[in-house]
Formats: sequence, structure tokens, C-alpha cells
Amino acid sequence: MIDLTIIWAGIIAFAVAAYVVMDGFDLGIGILFPRFRVGPERNTAMNSVAPVWDGNETWLVLGGGGLMAAFPLAYAIVLPALYAPIIAMLLGLIFRGVAFEFRWRDPGHRRLWDIAFCGGSVVATLAQGITLGALLQGITVEGRAYGGGWWEWLTPFSLLTGLSLLVGYALLGACWLIWKTQGPLQAQAQGMGKVLLPGLLVAIGLVSLATPFLEAQYHQRWFEWPGVLASAQMPLLVAIIGFLAWRAIGRVQRGGRDWVPFFLALLLFGLSMVGLAISIWPDVIPGRVSIWEAAAPERSQVFMLVGAGLLVPVILAYTGWAYWVFRGKVDESGYH
Amino acid sequence: MQMFGSFDALFLARAQFAFTVSFHFIFPAFSIGLASYLMVLEGLWLKTGKGVYANLYRYWLKIFAITFGMGVVSGIVLSYQFGTNWSVFSDKAGPIIGPLMAYEVLTAFFLEAGFLGVMLFGINKVGPKLHFTATCAVAVGTLISAFWILSANSWMQTPTGHEIAANGQFVPGPSWWAIVFNPSFPYRLVHTVIAAFLTTAFVVGAVGAWHLLRDRANPGARKMFSMAMWMAALVAPVQIFAGDMHGLNTLEHQPAKVMAMEGHYQSHPDGAPLILLGIPNSAQQRVDYALEIPKASSLILKHDLNAPLAGLDTVPEDEHPPVGVVFWAFRIMVGLGFAMLGIGLWSLLARARRRLYDWRWLHRAAVVMGPSGFVAVIAGWVTTEVGRQPWTVYGQLRTAQSVAPLDAPAVATSLIAFIIVYFAVFGAGTLYILKLMGKPPEPHEDAVPTRGPVRTAGITPAPAIEGGKP
Repeated sequence: MIDLTIIWAGIIAFAVAAYVVMDGFDLGIGILFPRFRVGPERNTAMNSVAPVWDGNETWLVLGGGGLMAAFPLAYAIVLPALYAPIIAMLLGLIFRGVAFEFRWRDPGHRRLWDIAFCGGSVVATLAQGITLGALLQGITVEGRAYGGGWWEWLTPFSLLTGLSLLVGYALLGACWLIWKTQGPLQAQAQGMGKVLLPGLLVAIGLVSLATPFLEAQYHQRWFEWPGVLASAQMPLLVAIIGFLAWRAIGRVQRGGRDWVPFFLALLLFGLSMVGLAISIWPDVIPGRVSIWEAAAPERSQVFMLVGAGLLVPVILAYTGWAYWVFRGKVDESGYH
Repeated sequence: MQMFGSFDALFLARAQFAFTVSFHFIFPAFSIGLASYLMVLEGLWLKTGKGVYANLYRYWLKIFAITFGMGVVSGIVLSYQFGTNWSVFSDKAGPIIGPLMAYEVLTAFFLEAGFLGVMLFGINKVGPKLHFTATCAVAVGTLISAFWILSANSWMQTPTGHEIAANGQFVPGPSWWAIVFNPSFPYRLVHTVIAAFLTTAFVVGAVGAWHLLRDRANPGARKMFSMAMWMAALVAPVQIFAGDMHGLNTLEHQPAKVMAMEGHYQSHPDGAPLILLGIPNSAQQRVDYALEIPKASSLILKHDLNAPLAGLDTVPEDEHPPVGVVFWAFRIMVGLGFAMLGIGLWSLLARARRRLYDWRWLHRAAVVMGPSGFVAVIAGWVTTEVGRQPWTVYGQLRTAQSVAPLDAPAVATSLIAFIIVYFAVFGAGTLYILKLMGKPPEPHEDAVPTRGPVRTAGITPAPAIEGGKP
């Protein structure tokens, strides 16, 4: 008998991963935005994501809506626990999202909407990173509800994860621009990549070192047999990919393939997510609530699985097509 | 004190949901209709090759881009707010509501978002037929979205097809059909989608009329005004009929809501009066200064002058909805509905006399009625949402028992933040939309996809921005 709860955990994890991968580089461009020169460079940077950001953000809605549908108890406990960061993220995403249109509509206040674009991206990213950290460090659960206060999420560890994600998304944004642009903007993104990549490696190291000491469960996973097998490989893998990414970024303007840094940066994110999964499996609220305790009844799972099974492949197909339509280098004048 | 504290947090959470959902609905009420209008315009352009349609398509596409963007970002707030502020509701009703909303994301949001990029930016990349397909995908997406979210809302109003599990959750029964197509859903869907079409028609009509008042020869203004007035004349009567059907359905399933709408505190054993206007006085359980037509309410609701109609005196007091708000919101909606019908009939008269483009008073009236759709849909939602109080799942889960265990200061802070941000951001967006509407539709916009000035975030000529700043 197939366990639908595990399938649904996989689908939610996939939605969250898809969101991080896809909106990560959009938000990264927002984070780096003030560093680009006003004029053609900013316009080009924004044009490179303007046709796809909305679709990318939809994975966040699927992650949230899917969590409510498949694991309603987890949704009901986690969101009040992370009230302030979630609200901050939503407000940040508002500023980021409207800036795509508003900055072209109102040249007189373009500066203001550029600040909104960057500020919104930074706030949303920090909030997402803090959310991750707060989940990892554990939240207070009483019965079927959150039992803590409204500042419980704020700790040095959650701030560390917030900043780490900021560096990570910025790296994705820089690598995206290396791929999608040329000339001085590409060179600038390349320079950013060379700073952000070591920054992300340090951040991954710090979070990885701190995590096992948050909960006995993580410690056990990583330092006892057989988990220690994985823990021994992870740093090595991260180091290898980090090195390859460093080389790829350096070579871009000397005939290297421009898409390689982006995919290696994604691989770093992928490894980090695998690490997270190893830490928290099989919980949906780490250390508190397992996926089976929070799962929706089977009739809900089956009903949605029919839809997800049919539609997710279709969604991936037309999303892929939309990316294909806008393939190639972007320039300031847009998609003519 | 504890009691007071928890009541306070509940009130704030309700205020926040009411504020964010009302603000949000303004955008889809417009973009659902506008997406279909764009589909019609592009279809007519492909069919006839007439420049005026392509011209209007470009004109409204810019406005659609802003409206849709604001709808997206304000909508995400709602999908998370169920968890942040109504977590007990989410835990209990999640197994029912969650899948309906997940289907909305899977069937509608991705479709809209995926093809929006091509619709806005891709006209020179994919060719006219494929571009039209993208426009259709976005338009159909908005309708599918309405289908699922209204199904979820209607299930909360008229819950059927569920069972109560041992842990207190509402869980699906053997048939999802009974949940999705719950008793009030078909009526609410029809009434809401027509409302969105009418809202759009009156906005388009007002913009057309505004430009006709300045230049009655502008072909774009003439075309959009004529199309909008056809819509008003044909659809407003249909909407009044659909609303009446919806009301009868409500009488059957949520009688207390209709009692509040009608201002019927007392039962009327032999024919209830239709109270046209008056001031509901809940303390005394009567309507002061009532202007009423004897027995007319029984005639409308029961199709019999002498049919008995129960009043709120038959409902336990702790299950009464707030009467004043429901009473007035309902009258605003109905009044505007008839005003829309009036404009529609006036336009038919103008057409018959061949004065559609010259009757200045008609144009002025159409301009005044431009925002009427928004007011009417918000009033309608206030009627149905306040009218179903004090329940979130009607008759089964009270609003007071649905709220998240948050401290009042947390909710107060977020509510203030939402108010400031929404007025600033969406206020600016509305201003930009009005600015676009203020420009007459110009012939150059009909340039078929060439290397025209149409550009970047859809639309604005980038050089115009560069020109302003170093």
C-alpha cells in the first residue's frame, strides 16, 4: 500500500523547492538592484525576470495552500507561530510585485519604486530565511495550536538563517544575470558572484554547524550511524560544487558557458535542501508534529492527488514553454 | 480582563480580514471582466483585421497589467491569512477548504501567471494566433479561479457533503461533488461572475463616455462605449434575475441573513411588508421610520401576498447577524443594480434614436456610474459575509471559535501595517490606472506587433523613463 502522506510530503517539498529555485533569483535581482546603474542596466536586470516572476511566485501559493490542504494541522500551528515574519514577507512581496509595473508607469517616482523593489525583496527574503530558522529551532506547541508568544521566532539562529538566505538568493540573482545578460552588466554580476559565492559557503557552514545542536534529533541524525555517513560527504560535496562554481563564474567572459554558474548555484541550494530534509524527516513541524499526525484524511489526499498528478506536469510544461519563449540574452529595450 | 483581551484580538482579526479581502476583491472584480474583454477584442481583431480592436486591446492591456498585478499580491495575503489569523478554522476546515484552494492554484493561478508573461511581453515573440491563445488562457484562468474560490466560500455558507471526525475536523464525506457543488454555489458563482462583467462594462463605458465628451469622433472611444452599453443593457437585467434567484436560495438555507436584509425583526404570519428604507434599531428589535409596501416582501420571497414570513424573533439572539450593516449594504447593492439597468435601457433608447455618441447627458451619467460596479460588489459581499455571522462554517463553527491564538498587539500591528501599505501602494496603482484612462485611445496603438514603442514591463516606452533621469 502506498502511503499518500509521504507522497504529499514530497509534493509540498517539491513546491517549496520550486519556489526557492524560481523566485530565489527574482528576489536576488531585487536584493542586488541598487548596485546596478540607473538606466539601461537596471532596466535590463528587471526585464530578465519581468515575464516570469508571477509564475515563480505562484509556487509559494501552492506551498501555502498545499500545506493547508495536505497538512492542515501544521498550517494552523506554524503560521500563527511565525506571525510577524509571515506578515512581513507578504508586505515585502507586495512592494516587490507592484514595482514591476509601477516603476514604468511613473518615471517621476522611479527612484521610489526602485527602493520598493529592493526593499520588498530584502524583507521577503529575510522573512523566509527567518521562518526556516524558527522552524528548525522548534516552536512551542500546545494541543492543536501554537503556544508561544509573538516574538518567539527571533533568535540569533533565525537571524543567521535569514541572512544566509539573503546571500543565497543574491547569488542566484547574480548567476541568473551572468546567464541572461552581456557586457558591463554581466561583468558586474560576475564580480558580485565572486563575493557572494564564498559568502554563501560560509553561511552554509555556519548553519550546518549550528543545526545539530538545536535538537537532539538533528544531532542523532548527523553524528550517529548511519547518518554520519552522509554528514561526512556533505561538506565535501559542498566544497567541490563551490569550487566548480567559482571556476565557472571566473571563466564566463573567457569563453566559459554562461549558464553553468546558475545551475551550480542551484545545486548548492539543492544540497542544502537535502540536508534539511535529512534533519527534519519525518516531521512537518521539526521535533513536534510528524507528517502523519498532521495529515489530512485520505479522501482529501486522494482528491487532490488526482489533480496534482494530472496538472503539475502540464504546469511544468507550459511554464517551461514560457521560459523558452523568452530564452536568450535580454537587453534594455526588452523583448522585441 | 482576559475576556476583554480575547474579544479584542477577535475583533482585530475580523477587521483585518474584512479590510484585506475587500481591498483584494476590487481587483479581481475588474480583472475577471477585463480579461474576457481583452479576449473578445483580440478575437475580433484577428477575425476582422480592424485596427480599432488592436488599438483598444493595447489600451486596456496596460490597465489590465496593473490591475492583475495588484490582484496577485493582495491575493497571496489572503491565502496565508487563513493560517496566520484563522488557524483554528484552518485546522478544522482545512481538509475541505484546503483542497478546493489547492485546485484553484493548480488549475487557475499557474495558468494565469504562466501565460500572463506571454500576453504582456510576448506579442513580438510568438505570433498572433499563439498570443491570442495566451490571452484566452489568462481569461479562462480568471474564471476557473472564480469557480474554486466561490465553491470554497459557498461551502462555508452552505456546508454539505462533510462529516465530523473524532478530532473535531470537518472531513470530506464519500462524494466531493456534494462539497464542490454545495447548495448556494451555482447561484453565487453566476451572480459574482456577472457582477465582475458588469463592473468591467461600467468602467469601460465610463472611460469611453469620458473621451466622447471630449471628442465624439474618436473611433476607439465610440467602439468601447458602444460595447460597454450593449453589455449593460443585456446583462444588467440578467443580473437582477440571478440576484433574485440567489436571494431565494439564501432564504432556503440562511433565513436569518434574509431577515436581516429585509429588516424583519418580527415574524409576519399573514404577509410581510417590503421595507424600502428605514433605520434598523436592534436594541428595540424594530425598524424606525420605515417606508414600507405592505405584503410586498411575501410576494417577492414567497410569490404570495399573504404567505407567512418568519422574523429574527424565531432565531436565538446569539445567532443574529448584525442587522444594520446587512440592511444597508443590501439596499446599496440593489439600488446600484437598478441604476445600472437604467443606464442600459437609456443606451438602448439612445441607440434607437441614433444618438448613442451624441447624447451628452447619457455620457455624463455613464461617467458617474463608472465606479458603481465596485461599490455594488463590495456591498454585495458585505451583505453575504456579515449576514452569515456569527458563523464561519454556517451553523457549525462560530467565528469566535475560529480565530488564531494571537495577542491583540500583534494583530493590531499587522492591521495598521496593512492599512498603511494598502492605501499607499494600491492608492498609487489606482492613480496610475486613472492616468492611463485619462489618455484617449490613440490610433498609433493599433500598430500590429512591429518594433513599436510598446515595451518592457509591458508597456511603457523605456526611453521615456531614460529621458527624465540621467
